[in-house]
Amino acid sequence: MRETGDTGKRPVRAEKKSMKSTTAVRAKSRAAGGAKPDVKYSLRLYVAGQTPRSLQAISNLKRICEEHLAGDYRVEVIDLLQKPQLAAGDQILAIPTLVRAIPKPARKIIGDLSNTEKVLVGLDVRPAT
Amino acid sequence: MPKARTGIAGFDEITLGGLPKGRPTLVCGGAGCGKTVFGIEFLVRGATEFREPGVLLSFEESPADLTANVASLGFDLPKLQARRKLAIDHVSIDRSEIAETGEYDLEGLFIRLGRAIDSIGARRVLLDTPEALFAGLSNTGVLRSELRRLFYWLKQKGVTAVITGERGHGTLTRHGLEEYISDCVILLDHRSQEGSVTRRLRILKYRGSTHGTDEYPFLIDQEGISVLPVTSLGLAHKALNGRVSSGIPALDNMLGGPGFYRGSTILLTGTAGTGKTSMAGHFADAACRRGERTLFFAFEESPSQIVRNLKSIGLDLGRWVGEGLLQIEAARSTSFALEMHLVRIHNLIERHRPRVVILDPITGLVPGSAEREITALVLRIVDFIKQRGATAFFTALNTDDNAQSTSVSISSLVDSWILLRNIEVNGERNRVLYILKSRGMAHSNQVREFLLTDKGVQLRKVYLGGGTVLTGSARIAREAEERREELRRGIEDGRREMSMRAGLAAIDARIAALHAKRERHTRELAQLSEEVAARRQAVSKESEELKRSRGDA
Repeated sequence: MRETGDTGKRPVRAEKKSMKSTTAVRAKSRAAGGAKPDVKYSLRLYVAGQTPRSLQAISNLKRICEEHLAGDYRVEVIDLLQKPQLAAGDQILAIPTLVRAIPKPARKIIGDLSNTEKVLVGLDVRPAT
Repeated sequence: MPKARTGIAGFDEITLGGLPKGRPTLVCGGAGCGKTVFGIEFLVRGATEFREPGVLLSFEESPADLTANVASLGFDLPKLQARRKLAIDHVSIDRSEIAETGEYDLEGLFIRLGRAIDSIGARRVLLDTPEALFAGLSNTGVLRSELRRLFYWLKQKGVTAVITGERGHGTLTRHGLEEYISDCVILLDHRSQEGSVTRRLRILKYRGSTHGTDEYPFLIDQEGISVLPVTSLGLAHKALNGRVSSGIPALDNMLGGPGFYRGSTILLTGTAGTGKTSMAGHFADAACRRGERTLFFAFEESPSQIVRNLKSIGLDLGRWVGEGLLQIEAARSTSFALEMHLVRIHNLIERHRPRVVILDPITGLVPGSAEREITALVLRIVDFIKQRGATAFFTALNTDDNAQSTSVSISSLVDSWILLRNIEVNGERNRVLYILKSRGMAHSNQVREFLLTDKGVQLRKVYLGGGTVLTGSARIAREAEERREELRRGIEDGRREMSMRAGLAAIDARIAALHAKRERHTRELAQLSEEVAARRQAVSKESEELKRSRGDA
């Protein structure tokens, strides 16, 4: 999941047990993704261009997903410089923002995701201590 | 400094042209002070009047709520959106669903705003109010630096921005937005006074521009915000030379003949029951007789009551109301706050376009309010009416018969000032009037008694008896006494005339007698000389005969 800047919205389907970001592109809208969950976690990461902070967030997310979500997830990286119209829908202000669209209710985690523990709590993967 | 006109009534006057163009302006004030309305009107006027589309970025209210709220002000936001004159974006952050981890910035906000601006080519932006971000995000350090960047970015974009902020304790805004927005800061305020609320606007700061520094009352009504500038109209009104009758010929005479100057401001003060409304009625009647539209603001009586009461002194105002020349607007003074009165007066004058405006009484307008406020109110109304070339006629209640002081602050604003007084003497009260001042015309210095008769106000003839002005029964008594005096003098004169005539007749008689005597003497003289001549003739004849007889011849 390095390709964040060129095509903007880039749905990335993470296959079970693995995260092959470059190949897993599917024509799946966010709405469709939300309608029928076929994975436990549906995530969207909003960035703005390939800033160091964006890249940091992407790599942190990748690591956390691989280590803690057991392959049962889907990640979509959205570059708002390419698709600014998508910012309003998820009420994005801060960059980067990770949106947990599924399971409901939606949660947001803002920042470069450098604190794994906080991300896991934020995603409700792990209960807050 | 280039300025962007807001289109908000009165505001562009006090800022000498509007907000700093291409720069952000902070509009702050407490809850419900009208910040959002100010901002939205700025956008709406820009879009509709100045061809400057605008973006509304709301951090608090939803677009649906905003639309509904300002619909009552006549702003149709959906229509403007459909015509691509306005873009609305709603930024909401719910802290409960947000977790923060690591560093972030607010680039998402910039992207959204930038997109909205670019989508319609916006020249104006309203951020209402970015302080809400502080409730949703905990990293204030980031927020502050990002807001600073945002305002700088707006400047770079060259959009004229209004940023609202809620007033904090001891600070203009809760989170110190004023630190970042230094070009122009406007403070809105609303205060409750005697149960009625007055809104005020003040320009705290306007870098690179002069501006009015007063607190300006403003109001929000169905046409949006109207700021009422104290001095904006200034003294530039044109003086008119025509004269208008007071409706009372004798009073016109006291004013040098034709009456008041057209377009001047007339103040009529007096204590209760001195006939102020009757005088005002005369003035209204005279204006309508000239065919001039007249607006009569009554603050103590209902229109029908005024018509009925004035009928008792022979003034048929109902006829003029029926013809549409006269409009009587009545409102209990307490039913509106000061600002609402002002806007009502403004709006009615705008709508009715009268040549003559009467306010009866101006003091009843805002009971209990400070004199300074009434003065400011009257000044604004005076300026406004003068600017339209209409003649203003105010009545004012004096609480003390001797006090001219209560009206002094108003009186310096008016051109002609007539004082009505009750004079209490000999167990009765009599009404008198006099002209305290009348700019630019010779006027009588006399104190005149007047009566309210069924033919209207009648000024009595000037009566100066024994060096003092007498009124009422004292005057009548004095007049009767003078009449008796007159009569007595008349009889005496007759007597003297008769004796003189008698004397003359006696002289004439004597003259006639002497004439007769003279004639008699003349006649005797003539007789005597005849006798003498005859005797001489006889003597000479006798001597001739004697000579002949002697034969001398």
